[in-house]
Amino acid sequence: MVKIRTSNLNLHFGDNHVLRDVNMEIQEKKVTAIIGPSGCGKSTLLRTFNRMNDFVDKLKISGTIMVGDKDIYQDKMDLSRLRAKVGMVFQKPNPFPKTIFKNVAFGLEVQGKHSKCEVFSIVEESLRAAWLWDEVKDRLHSPAMALSGGQQQRLCIARALANCPEVLLLDEPTSALDPQSTAKIEELCLALKDRVSILIVTHNIAQAGRISDYTAFMYLGELVEFGETEKVFTVPKDKRTEAYLTGVFG
Amino acid sequence: MKRKLFSLSGIVGLYTAVILSIGFLIFFVISIIVKGSSVISWEFITTAPRLGMTEGGIWPALVGTFWLSFLAVIISVPIGVFSAVYLFSYAKSTKWVSFVKICVNTLAGVPSIIYGLFGMALFVNMMGFEVSLLSGALTLAVLALPIVINASFEALSSVSPDFMQAAYALGATKRQSILRVLIPTAMPNILTSVILVTGRVAGETAPIMFTAVAFYNRQLPKSLMDEVMALPYHIFALMTEGTHSAKQVPIAYGSALVLLLLVLSISSTALILRYRLRKKRQW
Ligand SMILES: Nc1ncnc2c1ncn2[C@@H]1O[C@H](COP(=O)(O)OP(=O)(O)O)[C@@H](O)[C@H]1O
Ligand SMILES: [Mg+2]
Repeated sequence: MVKIRTSNLNLHFGDNHVLRDVNMEIQEKKVTAIIGPSGCGKSTLLRTFNRMNDFVDKLKISGTIMVGDKDIYQDKMDLSRLRAKVGMVFQKPNPFPKTIFKNVAFGLEVQGKHSKCEVFSIVEESLRAAWLWDEVKDRLHSPAMALSGGQQQRLCIARALANCPEVLLLDEPTSALDPQSTAKIEELCLALKDRVSILIVTHNIAQAGRISDYTAFMYLGELVEFGETEKVFTVPKDKRTEAYLTGVFG
Repeated sequence: MKRKLFSLSGIVGLYTAVILSIGFLIFFVISIIVKGSSVISWEFITTAPRLGMTEGGIWPALVGTFWLSFLAVIISVPIGVFSAVYLFSYAKSTKWVSFVKICVNTLAGVPSIIYGLFGMALFVNMMGFEVSLLSGALTLAVLALPIVINASFEALSSVSPDFMQAAYALGATKRQSILRVLIPTAMPNILTSVILVTGRVAGETAPIMFTAVAFYNRQLPKSLMDEVMALPYHIFALMTEGTHSAKQVPIAYGSALVLLLLVLSISSTALILRYRLRKKRQW
């Protein structure tokens, strides 16, 4: 099943043509890795899926992006709903300077549709799903800032999961973490595949190889190659992909 | 050799400058304590002046200063914080923002006596509030406003944009992100500057001179429309208009000491609060 489909996606920041004719189909409940040299537009592509680029002045975007059966760039799109359904985790862990509990409950509270009791059980369930519950269950009401970097990043994942997302966008989620925390988050991604479609940007080729089912290689705003990770890694079709994978650039 | 001598004289110069400023502060505090402490007593704090201000205490002035500062802060803080939020998050054109900021900075540099005259013209005469607690508090609020706006703007700017990103990415609207993330995160810094502003306002004389204070009023204010006494003006009045200086000058120094302690304790509360809150939530 296709979860996200882009057709002829072009994006400009002013004069900067950042995404060029991107056509891709992202499979549901799989892990898709986006790799490529720095500045090639990976983050920008990711941020088109929850419309976080909308904040940039001089954004020009054409083509369509379907998430599920919704064209997310149509005028009537409810951005709050979209961003709840397409969660995002950033490169630098960024829990709010609030308690652990309030961090995870944030999305539910802004929606304002849940009773206190529901909020509590969703918070617990999300923390469990992000493998954080056992570490924090005794200090849910202490500041999230006191957690370690790896824990903070898992808290950010839990926070996104509380919105019950269909897609999870991870933008280099482990680049600020130590190897152990990185390994934990990688395993967590694999475990979360059952419930969400995962898109992960990474500059770590080995990481893409370890956790992704599909890999997209981007270069200068173009989607150069996209396919099953095994095939992309063993028999890349494009010379640029091969050069990148063998470490010639990037 | 020449170079060494030069750097030596530089260091001596720096030390002299530091010692001069610290020495000045110490001298100033000690002289107020020496001249003022003899009159200070529980009675001095809690009773009204008597016999044409040659005897008695400063209670009405203390109460007046409390109400003036409290009201000025209550009025200026919401307006100032919301202006800063508007400037920081809503104002679209950068030209407009810098224009407003220039105005605010200019306002912050206006001498306080001008605020006094302005308050008299606007609140006392034009709006007909007369010389009253209300007119004085409004005048002080206008004086405090640019300080609050600047400090709040600083506080909002120091909030990492990552937090706002996270809020938006979780589905919060702009308003929710501002109310639930931006303002609470900036709050410790805003609060500290609010306390500092309180100290500043409590010590001002010129803005209330024509708008709020009575030279001698044994009554405590019963409504916003009453004239009040105020500590800084009380000192000023005793020193300039007193007719029994032998009795009144010590009272003036006693009042000065109380005012100094008041302002110092307000500032140190702010410092302690800032330290505590910073420690509690590091980012
Ligand atoms: N907020 C922004 N405003 C203007 N240009 C941007 C912005 N974010 C990214 N860009 C530009 O878009 C291009 C792609 O950036 P990005 O998507 O962050 O690359 P990557 O994540 O692959 O390193 C770069 O040329 C960058 O300068
Ligand atoms: Mg990036």
